[in-house]
Amino acid sequence: MVRQWFKSGSPWIWMTGGAVSISLISVIGLLAMIAWRGLSFFWPSEVVQFEMESAKGKHTVIGEIYDRELVPTSRLKLAGLDTSNIQSENVERLLVKTGNREYVDLDFRWILETDIKAATKPEALAVFERTKNGNFYAYVERVIENGESVTDQPIERLYELVDRAVDLNDEALSLQNGEIGHINYELERLRLKERSYALDNALTDERVAELAAAREALRKNYEVYEAQLFELRKAAKRDQVVVRDMRGEEVTLPLYQVLDVWFPNDMNFFQKLGHYLVQIGKFVGDDPREANTEGGVFPAIFGTVFMVMLMAVIVTPFGVVAAIYLHEYAAKNAVTKMIRIAVINLAGVPSIVYGVFGLGFFVYMLGGSIDELFYPEASPSPVFGTPGVIWSALTLAILTLPVVIVSTEEGLSRIPSAVRHGSLALGATKAETLWRIVVPMASPAIMTGLILAVARAAGEVAPLMLVGVVKMAPTLPIDGNFPFVHLDRKFMHLGFHIYDVGFQSPNVEAARPLVYATAFLLVAVIVALNITAIGIRNHLREKFRSLEH
Amino acid sequence: MTSSAHKPSFTTDRSRLIKDRLAQFGISAGGVMVLVALLLIFFYLLYVVQPIFESVRVEKRAEVELTDATKYVGIGVEEQTEVAYLLSKDGVVDFYQVSGNTVGQHLEQVQTTLDGQVTSFAQSAPHVGLYAYGLDNGQVQLVKPSFLVTFPNNKRLLTPTVRYPLDAQQLVVDEQSKAIAKFTFAHTDEKTSVVALTADKRVLFSAFFKEENMFTGEVEWLSERVELEVDGRVDELLISPDSSRTFVRSANQIYIFDTRDVTEIEQIQVLAANEENANLTAMNLLAGANSLMLANDNGEVSQWFEVNTSEGRLFTKIRAFEGTKKSTMSLHSEYYRRSFFTTTNQGDLGVFYTTSEATLWKGKISEGAIAKFAISPRANAAVVLADDKLMLIDIHNEHPEVTWSALWQEVWYEGYPEPDYVWQSTSASDDFESKFSLVPISFGTIKAAMYAMLFAVPIALAAAIYTAYFMSSELRRVVKPTVEIMEALPTVILGFLAGLWLAPLIEEHLPAIIAILLLLPLGILVAALAWTKLPENFRHSVPEGSHAILLIPVVLFIGWISFSMSEVLELWFFDGNVRKYLTNELGLTFDQRNSLVVGIAMGFAVIPTIFSIAEDAVFSVPKHLSNGSLALGATQWQTLVRVVLLTASPGIFSAVMMGLGRAVGETMIVLMATGNTPIMDWSIFQGMRTLAANIAVEMPESEVGSSHYRILFLAAFVLFLFTFIFNTVAEFVRQQLREKYSSM
Repeated sequence: MVRQWFKSGSPWIWMTGGAVSISLISVIGLLAMIAWRGLSFFWPSEVVQFEMESAKGKHTVIGEIYDRELVPTSRLKLAGLDTSNIQSENVERLLVKTGNREYVDLDFRWILETDIKAATKPEALAVFERTKNGNFYAYVERVIENGESVTDQPIERLYELVDRAVDLNDEALSLQNGEIGHINYELERLRLKERSYALDNALTDERVAELAAAREALRKNYEVYEAQLFELRKAAKRDQVVVRDMRGEEVTLPLYQVLDVWFPNDMNFFQKLGHYLVQIGKFVGDDPREANTEGGVFPAIFGTVFMVMLMAVIVTPFGVVAAIYLHEYAAKNAVTKMIRIAVINLAGVPSIVYGVFGLGFFVYMLGGSIDELFYPEASPSPVFGTPGVIWSALTLAILTLPVVIVSTEEGLSRIPSAVRHGSLALGATKAETLWRIVVPMASPAIMTGLILAVARAAGEVAPLMLVGVVKMAPTLPIDGNFPFVHLDRKFMHLGFHIYDVGFQSPNVEAARPLVYATAFLLVAVIVALNITAIGIRNHLREKFRSLEH
Repeated sequence: MTSSAHKPSFTTDRSRLIKDRLAQFGISAGGVMVLVALLLIFFYLLYVVQPIFESVRVEKRAEVELTDATKYVGIGVEEQTEVAYLLSKDGVVDFYQVSGNTVGQHLEQVQTTLDGQVTSFAQSAPHVGLYAYGLDNGQVQLVKPSFLVTFPNNKRLLTPTVRYPLDAQQLVVDEQSKAIAKFTFAHTDEKTSVVALTADKRVLFSAFFKEENMFTGEVEWLSERVELEVDGRVDELLISPDSSRTFVRSANQIYIFDTRDVTEIEQIQVLAANEENANLTAMNLLAGANSLMLANDNGEVSQWFEVNTSEGRLFTKIRAFEGTKKSTMSLHSEYYRRSFFTTTNQGDLGVFYTTSEATLWKGKISEGAIAKFAISPRANAAVVLADDKLMLIDIHNEHPEVTWSALWQEVWYEGYPEPDYVWQSTSASDDFESKFSLVPISFGTIKAAMYAMLFAVPIALAAAIYTAYFMSSELRRVVKPTVEIMEALPTVILGFLAGLWLAPLIEEHLPAIIAILLLLPLGILVAALAWTKLPENFRHSVPEGSHAILLIPVVLFIGWISFSMSEVLELWFFDGNVRKYLTNELGLTFDQRNSLVVGIAMGFAVIPTIFSIAEDAVFSVPKHLSNGSLALGATQWQTLVRVVLLTASPGIFSAVMMGLGRAVGETMIVLMATGNTPIMDWSIFQGMRTLAANIAVEMPESEVGSSHYRILFLAAFVLFLFTFIFNTVAEFVRQQLREKYSSM
């Protein structure tokens, strides 16, 4: 019977069905895992105080439980641990994030279940998010405002003082990046101006005086701002909080380093939800800290969006024109065939090859020539002759060109020829038919192509590593300094951020949740774009199907 | 519009026609742009790569007549090749302009301070740039022709001078004050070593150390001297720039001494180094001082370096070059690269590169003998003393290290026990021998692609067949886009998951992974068999074509079972530790980021590509074909295998080709999921380095225009060609198929 069953081919059908299940499970599982790991990172997890007792003596460990796993006792023995008090074959161990990086050797540590004598979640445990050295877990002892201990409701006062310090720091930062950054930028422009006069042999005494006067004015301004900056910084440094950490020692934390403080064991669900949303907001809106392993990813989001938009502006006209040519004008001949093969090949060439081409052709050849012609005063430091956002956009524009072409062409082929014939029969020229009838009807398809191109470009990293992406860009490609849009600047990118933080950072363990969060952000954007594109395309198909009948 | 005053007019406004023409022209130009873009990439890559295959050119740039050329014993040229200098046998240094408008101008003449009569002359390794006179009182004076660069009126001005690296202090080589007949020397900041043959035939090794008195600041010279034992006459002396090896040539014998430490000098080897029926005429060290080059009078030049043998590290003959026959050759090496030059007493010049075994150029540059020859610091020119003239010749030799054999064949690199394929492009030191074999990284590319395809092709094709042929259309409308979404997933995320999640997971649960591979097909079969045993009513209530949904819990269950059994399996089959078992029992090394991880992760990236195209191919097989087969009594499966797949096979082939193209060029996954070590090993538990990852890693650091830069472009070009061929073949096949279907 089984033989007959095999002969019927039915088991093979099941096998092919199994392949579909595997594919589905992996896609959905992958997306779900990224989503879960990315999103759960921001939830305020409870801080546990462990009373430990092992061969080495008693001590206390305070931290968040990060991970737990079963390990065979034999392996622990091999690793040189004392396992005399463990009877079972396997033992559970916990990965605890203890923070307090400057006082303990490692801010992550494995502890054995068997060594834990007691685990409590005291409500008074506070978590401090700091600008340096990561989180701090401790009990608040005293709040010191302006050198004096606060006696009346110290915790409420602590919240206020943290907010005050954060506000002052923000103000100082915006002064530094805004006004003072502007002065530095202007000074640099003056230097270039002087150099360009010198190169043209036009550096007259009059001009020298002019430049000196401008410099003097800027310097005066600078002094004013600098004084303000120091004032703000001094004010921010006023308060401290004294805490007791897991070693039982008192530590004074200056509040200007504290970004936020919360008591996770004392929060109800809605407070946690509120905190969660605030943390997500910070992740999306803040600058990164500590070599990108903490803080937000705002510059990376901004860089990605800006580059992709620039690319879209470049690729759309070319892609659409090429698609119209292929569908409406091209004769059935060898050239058309070659162009079609070129389109397929452009889609299939590895992205790194585009990166190599972009680096050689755009950056060194085109950018180098632009520098020679227009920016001789900046030499030897290159302006456009170095990787930058414009070259990235151009490189990705070639890379995504086939996506736009294929999608637009599909849209064009769905428009019934009766519509074209009608227009032509009424006396319109071919160009008019295209412009007034065909292109408007195909616009959703063009949109689809554009969205798909943007989704593809947002996820591409390999070519960008050669033509413009950096791990840390000091300035955004758009700012308040003339000419406001700086196409020559390098930029940060979400995809590269993932690569860099996940693989190049010194403390991968601490950075990993952040990488998952970044990955989720990127995946969410790309999947959303793709689903939108597929939706538009399906809608379009339906629309023209009804037109055909 | 409604006015009837207008008569219908059938003439068209000319401007509309012109616009129409313009639009046609513009759009056609835009369409051709795509082709231009592809060609631009192709030709630009070729344009950057091309110089590495250019042959060497040698051109005479300047010529200066000299009054008495025979008095000169040394020659050299400064870095910009503007000024050449000649050192005469009585200690005079002459500087001549050799480029620009004032070619031939005698710029300066400097008499070096010498405390005695000159009896011999020697020069250091080229990159040290020193010359020395041996005197009749057993002393040696080191001199360095040098140039002060100033910029009066924004113009570069070179002022030649002569400097003394030892502050005009002469070194007392022979304490018996015998004249120095021959010598060689090495000079570093810490130590100066001289090997000299005195007039009374002693070979002396002396080392001088500078010591500064801590209190007075006075400089004191400490010296130590040892006599080397050499039988027979001494023809040539040579010392490596770090004074670790000394070579003494006595006719065809070469005595090699370890002179690293003056107190422990020992003779390590005596080489009879001449070729058969030939005698040695010259010896020299290659840049980096690892290789000894020997010239024979039959025209052969041989390269020797130390190789680990059963009797220790011994100088071994590596390869030979065909120099100029029937003449006496001298050898000259470059500053940093492994190029060397042969000059003869008949005016012939030969240019060679050792690593690539290349004879780059041979020809005659003068009528008479070439008396002196020196290469410029940047190796782009040489000064020659011949025919009573000082000549400057330009040597265009940018990329001698790249030849077909250096890229694709085994090369015996300095210090290696045997010829090997090695990719090692950069190192901290200037005189590093670059190893540009593309074989290991091409191998890595193929290996990565192969493992990925091994994983992806069965799953993708099976899934495509099921989705296109068996699945209900409602389900298909959901499943197809879901799998295709995976194609849009950025590879950086797949790479990150592979490197930081999958790799540790596999390392931890290797038995589980193996178990899944075995249990999955088995489990699906069991589930299918169990399904036939279920009551008929229930089976019929489930719509046809939903096997995939029914199997999801089965697959999940098998996965869960495998992982929870992992430790038990490890205990049963692998003595409790897989990694140890692999290393000890099977002799396999296990990298955490290995080919298995890459295969799975990259397989994931390739599945949607293959799935999508193959699904289209199977789905668009005309329905009347399968209906006909079914009507004739074939089962679903028979129809699928004998009719549908056969018809769709070109499409499936094209899908696999597209997938392969993608796997070959994938960068981020490989970059993040392997250790990126360029090794050649098929083992699934070891990593690799691929062409694409290699470009991503090394491109940002390579110097523009260098051989390394161009080789990386070559790698990109190779990738481009690879994928071009795959994609073009796939597209061609697909077009054929489409035509076939439309005729059916």
